Amino acid sequence: MTSASLGLSRDDRPILISALFILVILAAGTAYTVARFGSAPLLSPTYLLQQLQIGAFLGIVAAGMMIVILIGQIDLSVPWTLAAAAMMATSIGGPFAIPVGLGIGLLVGLVNGVGVAYLRVPSMIFTLGVNAVMRGLMVAHTGGYAPQTAATDLMRTLAADRTLGIPHALFVWAAVSVLVVAMLQRTALGRYIYAIGNKEAAAYLAGVDTRRVTVICFVICGGAAALAGVLLAGYSTKAYQGMGDAYLLPAIAAVVIGGTNILGGRGCYLGTLIGVVLIVLLNSVLSIMEMPEAGRQVIYGLVIILMLLVYGRGERVVS
Amino acid sequence: MLDDVAIKVRQNVGIVTVVLLFSILYVLYNLAHPKGFSSAVLVQNGNEIFALAMVAMAQTVPVLASGLDLSVGAVMTMVGCFASYLLTGAVGGTPLHLDIFGLHLALGTFPGGINGILLGIVLCLAIGTTAGFINGCIVVYGRIQPIIATLATGAVYIGIALFLRPTPGGKIDEDLNWALTNSLGDFAATVHIFDDGAAGWFAPVAWVPVPFVLLALIALLVWVPFRRSVLGRAVYAVGSAEGAAYMSGLPIDRAKIAAFTLAGFFAGCGGLFLAIQTSSGNADIPQAGAYTLNSIASVVIGGTSLLGGTGSAIGSIFGAMVLRVISFFFRIFDIAPLLQPLFEGLILLAAVSIGALGVLRVKNTLELFR
Repeated sequence: MTSASLGLSRDDRPILISALFILVILAAGTAYTVARFGSAPLLSPTYLLQQLQIGAFLGIVAAGMMIVILIGQIDLSVPWTLAAAAMMATSIGGPFAIPVGLGIGLLVGLVNGVGVAYLRVPSMIFTLGVNAVMRGLMVAHTGGYAPQTAATDLMRTLAADRTLGIPHALFVWAAVSVLVVAMLQRTALGRYIYAIGNKEAAAYLAGVDTRRVTVICFVICGGAAALAGVLLAGYSTKAYQGMGDAYLLPAIAAVVIGGTNILGGRGCYLGTLIGVVLIVLLNSVLSIMEMPEAGRQVIYGLVIILMLLVYGRGERVVS
Repeated sequence: MLDDVAIKVRQNVGIVTVVLLFSILYVLYNLAHPKGFSSAVLVQNGNEIFALAMVAMAQTVPVLASGLDLSVGAVMTMVGCFASYLLTGAVGGTPLHLDIFGLHLALGTFPGGINGILLGIVLCLAIGTTAGFINGCIVVYGRIQPIIATLATGAVYIGIALFLRPTPGGKIDEDLNWALTNSLGDFAATVHIFDDGAAGWFAPVAWVPVPFVLLALIALLVWVPFRRSVLGRAVYAVGSAEGAAYMSGLPIDRAKIAAFTLAGFFAGCGGLFLAIQTSSGNADIPQAGAYTLNSIASVVIGGTSLLGGTGSAIGSIFGAMVLRVISFFFRIFDIAPLLQPLFEGLILLAAVSIGALGVLRVKNTLELFR
């Protein structure tokens, strides 16, 4: 009721509240640094841009993850899709590094999509298996050691360099965001995605080839994970084992904090964007406070629960 | 009579398949093992299977209620870390204290000796159960989707585990470790019953590994009564049609809370055993994640539908055993360790894909979209 009186739709509330929470994090962090060091690094544009640059990788993964969550599925193969793309891109090298890396991601997405859409295996378990296979392939490929390959110059430029003080990674993130928004808002595919998330049987009866759309969504998610992997390899100048492990759960958390329904069918991209910024800033404030890993995990979990208690509650089952 | 059997088999085709699969794999394993069919091999396998089997049982109950518990690995890890403080078995007890933000709080002395160990076990299981109960309350009263609620509480539990054990360590009473991770004969000798395990009537069962006995006891004394209770049936009903269960007057809120609480208890058993077996507490985040993911795989292999409503925790135990036996084979056949993760993944994919081939027989495409 209160949300209606404020002129807010159900989809706007999460965005507004997460935005407010970002301000709270910034204020609390700044208060801490002023009290302890007498400076306010959190409010300096340079620092914020640097944090956003790190956030770009998570943002791109989350964009792909959101598409898959919107159709009511989930992609747990992101960690090793990301790592595989990075490892293959660095080991191929040369002008084909980036296309090969992205190709790996699209291929993994295609396998995921076929398994989920045509074999009807629950995505939770199929993508888990694909993740294990990718991990196995990469362990066999690298011999279990850290790969001795380096990122190409183009990858480094894309991920680590700046133009006019703005990191290139942010441009890539922005481009991905524009593409995703355009697809979700302006194309028939976007409408199909929301329709499938709401009721796949209804979408099928309405004439949508739901299985093809499902495959496309997984391909997009795999491609996004691969892009993040290629960029991350460029940022850290090399690929390494387990480089994707830190991206799966934060990506899901960012999507959900942004108001996307984990069961699919509802959510808007702006929310995911704000969810990513929230998680990145929360992480950086906690590291400024020198919070040990234990405290970080606890705060991380509590924040997700609190945010969802405020606006993510489901309907009561009454029939 | 024969028809009844046929119907029973058809109703439980998932669990029958996994039991057969496990039997075949395990007999092959023992035939290939130089010391196959011996108590030593059984004991070793039992120790390796127990924790995963418990976590798989834990995962089954929420899945039956069409939820998912992503915190089972975290609860297991947290309980293990608690156990490494509570089960030291030091004579004269252990002083408990809490160092937080520079404060030093003495919390009294934890009793030592056998009473202390029993109290410690009860406390550890209570901690696991409480963690599960909290999950259930957040899902039911917070009305947050189980998958995301347990993702968040899992982070909190791992945080608590890391707080307790920033680095692996701690200690478990040696007698407890010895008694629970060997055969029944060793157990009797350690706790001094049945003439230290030398009683004549005891000899035929002295070779049975304790972990398998514990597994059977937990399944028979906790899972079977629960499944036959009204609450247990309500869990199945919630999983197959929540709305219908509500309209039939079943206690759906209590059923869901019970499902998550039981999951916490089972995960706690797993964590307790893992700590006893390794004689230490270790807040290992990748290990917790691996156990959670393997628990989902075990549940699926064990014939429980991820959509909820059909399946059983017994099936999941066998699912976990199948997963573990597959990794035992790597040791026997000298498969390069580098290729093991690849084979594990391929076998998991093959298992779920073969199980899914039924979709090819579906004539009405609409039936695919449940």
